Amino acid sequence: MNNDTILSVSDLRKYFTTAEGVVRAVDGVSFNVKHGETLALVGESGSGKTTTGHVIMGFYPPDGGKIIYKGAYELSIPMKKRPLELKRDIQIVFQDPGTSLNPKRLVKDIISLPLLVHRIVDKSRVYEKVAELLEYVGLSEEYMFRYPHELGGGEKQLVAIARALAPNPSFIILDESTSALDVSSQARVLNTLVKIQNELKLTYLLITHDLGVVRNISQRVMIMYLGKIYEEAPTEDFFKSPMHPYTQMLLSSIPTLSEEDEKIKPRGIESVGEIPSAVKPPSGCRFHTRCPFTKQICMEKDPPDIVVNNNHIVRCWLYA
Amino acid sequence: MSGTTTSEVKFSELEKKIKRENWRRIWFRFKKSKLSVIGLSMILILLFMAVFAEYIAPYPSHAGLYIAFKNAYKPPSLEHILGTDMYGRDVFSRIIFGFRYAFMMIGLVLSIVVPTGVILGLIAGYYRGTFIETVIVRLSDIFISLPPLVLALSIASILEPNIFNSMLAVSLMWWPWYVKLTYSMTVSLRNEPFILAAESQGASTLHILFRELLPNELGTILTKVTLDAGWVILIGAAISFVGLGAQPPTPDLGTMVSEYSKYLPEYWWMSLGPAAGIVLIILAFNLLGDGIRDVFAGE
Ligand SMILES: Nc1ncnc2c1ncn2[C@@H]1O[C@H](COP(=O)(O)OP(=O)(O)O)[C@@H](O)[C@H]1O
Ligand code: SF4
Ligand SMILES: [Mg+2]
Repeated sequence: MNNDTILSVSDLRKYFTTAEGVVRAVDGVSFNVKHGETLALVGESGSGKTTTGHVIMGFYPPDGGKIIYKGAYELSIPMKKRPLELKRDIQIVFQDPGTSLNPKRLVKDIISLPLLVHRIVDKSRVYEKVAELLEYVGLSEEYMFRYPHELGGGEKQLVAIARALAPNPSFIILDESTSALDVSSQARVLNTLVKIQNELKLTYLLITHDLGVVRNISQRVMIMYLGKIYEEAPTEDFFKSPMHPYTQMLLSSIPTLSEEDEKIKPRGIESVGEIPSAVKPPSGCRFHTRCPFTKQICMEKDPPDIVVNNNHIVRCWLYA
Repeated sequence: MSGTTTSEVKFSELEKKIKRENWRRIWFRFKKSKLSVIGLSMILILLFMAVFAEYIAPYPSHAGLYIAFKNAYKPPSLEHILGTDMYGRDVFSRIIFGFRYAFMMIGLVLSIVVPTGVILGLIAGYYRGTFIETVIVRLSDIFISLPPLVLALSIASILEPNIFNSMLAVSLMWWPWYVKLTYSMTVSLRNEPFILAAESQGASTLHILFRELLPNELGTILTKVTLDAGWVILIGAAISFVGLGAQPPTPDLGTMVSEYSKYLPEYWWMSLGPAAGIVLIILAFNLLGDGIRDVFAGE
């Protein structure tokens, strides 16, 4: 691990035991997040993105693997046992601000909590600080005395962002933080996130299934499918020369807005089939049930990491 | 920092304003139902009578031990609007004191049962999957399965039968219902993202239980409290009726019904008054409970 790495995840596993069997939600995932970057974690619903984020947060312990934060902290320990410093430094913004803000608490109480817990400001200055944070995310101080249900979706998410910023974190997990919003709120929230990151030198793990968002704000992208990461590349590379058949399928299925986008859109791979069950994932390459290039070996053996160039990694037998 | 800054003053004023608005909103929703306003008014009137019984009862000395045989068995008249009993006591005066006992019983039982049940329910729900949950849930199940009258009987036979001990018996079988109610709500809220958010930011367990979870459960709890108030009276009356509760000459409504029912049907007015008093209290709390439920259902 080099010292520009803030978070290092290796061979992370998280299995859930359900009535149908063991769900291998995250099944051997490794990646590094660099200081100050936005790393996107992309995949269809059910691919294990949220689980990855939640294990990093410590909501539940991993079933295997290592997560090292800032070279010093081992994040496999559950949230409750983590030092307060970690609870300050790592934050999460959830997908649905309707459920991530307590409906019975005023906005100022919601944002004061981290300020008080971590003694960010003197008690007598808490409200001033709350007003400041609200203004920073583009909301006037009048919002302090409102309940979440009195706000629009985008405004709620901005409050959730202000809450995450309150304790001066270094690393924020954004779990589909704009997916539940209408288009104009999405733009407003994304712009705020980008502005904040630039000014505060934050690191984002951006979990999303929206490739438009990825393109707009991330520097690197990882593609996740059924608990595994199949491609990892700098954003530009990723859109210009996607290598994994699954990535190509995802890119060819997004609607494009401009002709320019239309030109670079990969052709030839139609989205087929549904994502298989994570209880009995396909053998070998998990994408082989939907892949148009499936070979014998794909069904038998997990493809290895293939480093195409320095920063572009793909796991597919086509490139082996 | 010394003294209060202008911004602090401004914020505390805004806070007061929002609190006032909240109450106004609650009242607005509550008063939409005429019946709940009637229930609330009835309770306020009964409570007023209970508190100032000495001044409102026409014959305050008739509440307890008082004998004037020449006045006994008088049917309702202008002088004694609900008649007199076998000792010549004014039944109406005794009922007014009966309200005082009724409110005391409600207050005693609910002040034991509600905090105990709610706190244990919050803890059991929060520590779901640990032995803490198992212990609390098992214990509640045991107490819930005890029939209240049997419990009252055993308490009365160990201690002496009086109003306090009978309410203790009622409390012993009542708290588990608040555990169950609070527990099930806590379990369903416990993994809500807003709880995870607060926990992941380092909020203390006390904060999570009482500042994050409880406010979301308060409406349902309050509704149950109000509806239960009537039940406390009913069970208290049943215990008194079988002679295990308050003892004569305590002017407890249940005890009065029990004493006076021996003189039915000839001296019907004696039991009619206290029985109507019991019905009145139960009715009032039920009407209020419906109103409170509507207030919270609207949220
Ligand atoms: N608490 C849980 N219990 C059981 N299964 C779960 C749980 N959380 C997630 N899963 C399962 O794990 C898989 C990955 O889910 P998730 O991480 O939410 O995916 P994503 O965020 O990519 O949509 C899904 O099959 C989901 O059903
Ligand atoms: S490994 Fe085989 S099945 Fe998997 S994506 Fe590559 S070609 Fe398709
Ligand atoms: Mg998800």
